[in-house]
Amino acid sequence: MYLLILAILIPFIATALIPLIHKRIGAFHIGWFVLLVPLALFLIFIMQIPAISNGETLIQAVNWIPSIGINFTVYLDGLSLIMALLITGMGSLVVLYSIYYLSSSDSFPHFYAYLLLFMGAMLGVVLSDNLLVLYVFWELTSISSFLLIAFWYHRKNSRYGAQKSLLITVFGGLGMLAGFLMLHSMTGTFSIRETVTVIGQYTDHALFYPAMFLVLLGAFTKSAQFPFHIWLPDAMEAPTPVSAYLHSATMVKAGLYLVARFTPIFGGTAEWFWTVTIVGLITLFWGAFCAVRQTDLKALLAYSTISQLGLIMSLLGLGSAALHFGDGEQGALYGLAIFAALFHMVNHSTFKGALFMVVGIVDHQVGTRDIRRLGGLMAFLPITFTFAVIGSFSMAGLPLLNGFLSKEMFFTASVNAVSLPIFGVSSWGLLIPIIAWTASVFTFVYCMIFVFRTFFGAPQLKKLDRKPVEPSIGMLISPAILCVLIVGLFFAPNLLGDHLLKPALHGIIPGISGAAPHISAWHGFNTELFMTLGIIAVGTLLFLTFRSWYKIYLIQPAGWNFTVLYNSLLQDLKRAANWITTHYMTGHLPAYFAYIFVFFIAAAGGTLISTGALSIDLTADSPITTYEGMLIVVMAIAAISIPFAKSRLTAILLNGVLGFSIAIFFVLFRAPDLALTQLVIETVTTVLFLLCFNFLPEWKTEDSSKRIKIRNAVIAIAAGVTVTLIGLTVNSGRLFESISGYFEDSYELAGGDNIVNAILGDFRAFDTMLESLVLFIAGLGVYTLIRLKHGKGPGKDEH
Amino acid sequence: MNINDVILKTVSKGAVLIILTFGIYLFLSGHNQPGGGFIGGLVIASAFVLMFLSYDSETVSDALPIDFKKLSAFGVLLAMLSGIAPMFFGGAFLAQSFGYFNLPIFGKTELATVTVFEAGIALTVVGVVVNIILSISEDE
Repeated sequence: MYLLILAILIPFIATALIPLIHKRIGAFHIGWFVLLVPLALFLIFIMQIPAISNGETLIQAVNWIPSIGINFTVYLDGLSLIMALLITGMGSLVVLYSIYYLSSSDSFPHFYAYLLLFMGAMLGVVLSDNLLVLYVFWELTSISSFLLIAFWYHRKNSRYGAQKSLLITVFGGLGMLAGFLMLHSMTGTFSIRETVTVIGQYTDHALFYPAMFLVLLGAFTKSAQFPFHIWLPDAMEAPTPVSAYLHSATMVKAGLYLVARFTPIFGGTAEWFWTVTIVGLITLFWGAFCAVRQTDLKALLAYSTISQLGLIMSLLGLGSAALHFGDGEQGALYGLAIFAALFHMVNHSTFKGALFMVVGIVDHQVGTRDIRRLGGLMAFLPITFTFAVIGSFSMAGLPLLNGFLSKEMFFTASVNAVSLPIFGVSSWGLLIPIIAWTASVFTFVYCMIFVFRTFFGAPQLKKLDRKPVEPSIGMLISPAILCVLIVGLFFAPNLLGDHLLKPALHGIIPGISGAAPHISAWHGFNTELFMTLGIIAVGTLLFLTFRSWYKIYLIQPAGWNFTVLYNSLLQDLKRAANWITTHYMTGHLPAYFAYIFVFFIAAAGGTLISTGALSIDLTADSPITTYEGMLIVVMAIAAISIPFAKSRLTAILLNGVLGFSIAIFFVLFRAPDLALTQLVIETVTTVLFLLCFNFLPEWKTEDSSKRIKIRNAVIAIAAGVTVTLIGLTVNSGRLFESISGYFEDSYELAGGDNIVNAILGDFRAFDTMLESLVLFIAGLGVYTLIRLKHGKGPGKDEH
Repeated sequence: MNINDVILKTVSKGAVLIILTFGIYLFLSGHNQPGGGFIGGLVIASAFVLMFLSYDSETVSDALPIDFKKLSAFGVLLAMLSGIAPMFFGGAFLAQSFGYFNLPIFGKTELATVTVFEAGIALTVVGVVVNIILSISEDE
């Protein structure tokens, strides 16, 4: 029944179990247990294929916070299923690979806990129908990515890369949240499906375009689109299985997923078309161009991933034009781009995953991934070499491999776009295929660099840490499976196309009813084929003459890139924060009280006066009894005496008088619960004072100037007056009907006579639960501050 | 905290028992009368604090092998789990239910799930309060 919801929860449950299992199994590798999770999930999702390929969709919902429209709604259609299969399928392969990749000095429980956390979060992103639930999972993927990049946290670069990725993706994520809230304020629903059906009425709304750009900001930062791509190369500090999984196959595709998912909402407008297409094309070109100059194999793959993500992004942009036409021949023509995007998304995961695993093997076996030290490895690592050739030739778009098919479709889409009659494409449209082609030439060049610089040429064994030999069979299984897929998808692409890509396409462009494109390897001698032939010819030429045109990379001055900008922004931010902190965090307690009270007076008192809520009506109040009058006098004397106390003990006792008097007030006003609480609190506070007595500095009379004393007195009196006014106002006016009547039925509703506790434990239990959590965290804070202040305490985890 | 005070020790032996009983009474009576998880927890915590005040912490720790950090974490966990449980029966998160049962000794008795939730709150309060006071007192 709730199979899909369970599918999301299973990785989280497994994460929680890891520490328990790890303690029990001794020497047995915990990776084998972890492997069961993605494998089982993969099978679950495989079983959904027949239903989905029939055009059905699955919806399962659990009410979460129905009062504000937040429900845990899980929605499975073709698009989500493709993503889910990628997440669980690649997840299985990566876990298997990592078992052999990680060294025994690494902390396996941490690694696999983070990995499973990511897996669950990512499944949550692609399966959630509710925008806010999606957002929470979205940020969880950022956090797990942060933890995985910083897995080797003793390295400075790892920490830098982790921080950079977190700052950039969370920045985008927060923008996206704002976009979601704007969508909600327009449509009144958090459900993506419902938004799709009603968005047509709101395209003229003032928030429509801001929401669109904010959602795109989230997608672009996550999918490393220009100019936010700078975090991805630094994320390569993560262990290679992580790079293969998060930073090429799944997490960076979350942005693409989001764009695809929101195409029915925002697509069909010129703004969406141009933004997504242009950003995609720039990223495609810039990534490919930068990849060529890299000397680290992983950096090369990182830029190549950026470039490929740009390719898919531009396809999603081009395909959104289909929404403008709806059903019909033209709709189908431009919808092809979306189809190609989905196809390439799958293909990219296969070949890039294989390539990352190849780099991992090379790094693992010879101790370096610097192409200046590598070369001639073909003789030593023949199997790995085969994988590398299959992977990179597929990425370059060569025939007999799946990359060829999607690359050709990409060219078809870019050529089709030239004749697009809308959005003013006619004037600039020709640039689209030209950029696509140029970028593909660079793609070809770096693919060749990857293969030939690593595996051909003279071996430089002296520069390597170890003599290269093939790794154990376990490390070869995963890339082998991916390579089989790369070749298999070339010969049987329509198996994927008909069963998964077609339903996904219909989900993204609901208007299209016609059959999805049929993928075929041979179209005759058309423009696309000549484009590929041109790429091979020019690319080979450029590869061979690399040294003569290398200088082109020196044109860009060293200080002119986005990483430098990011670093200086971060520096400025730190400096500004530091400046502010040192100016107001003086360590002087009275000053802090002054800030708090002044802010309180301005915020609460200001609101009271500016909204005109201030109204005091004493006529309906009951008279002050003798008891109450006496208590007031006692309290006033105690309070006024505190500032003039000569010793700390006197001050504490006077403070106690205040506390107990309040308790008596509670008794007088028949609030026994509050009185009890107040009394016990007073007791505990007294004990705390007793304990702290030793540590407190000597009691000194205040020696500040008269001016400051008067200022403080004014602030104190103003704060008191504000509270009094608020109290009197609350008692006098009724802005809206009281809700207290509802709670009077507590015996029928909650089975309890005590209204206070019925509210605490039942009606408003959520507040109470979070308060207890806050209390717990505060307790932990006190404990850590005291225990760790001299660097003592457990220290087991500290290095 | 080595207060070698015979009177305090003797009194607190009896007082702790009374305070603990009172705390548990407050906790259980909270449904219909003044009391509840928070107050009950605070009173129980103050009983423990009295023990720590009158005896040195080693003696108490030996007699009372409770890790108060873990106790507070367990309390929060219990409160949350008690909220998740109704979701399996189709209820909302933190939905409470109650019913009246005929028990052998007590006769007709009301049993409510809110007690589990309140127990979580009480344990959190006990754990946090004692832990804070112990941390400060054991600080050099």
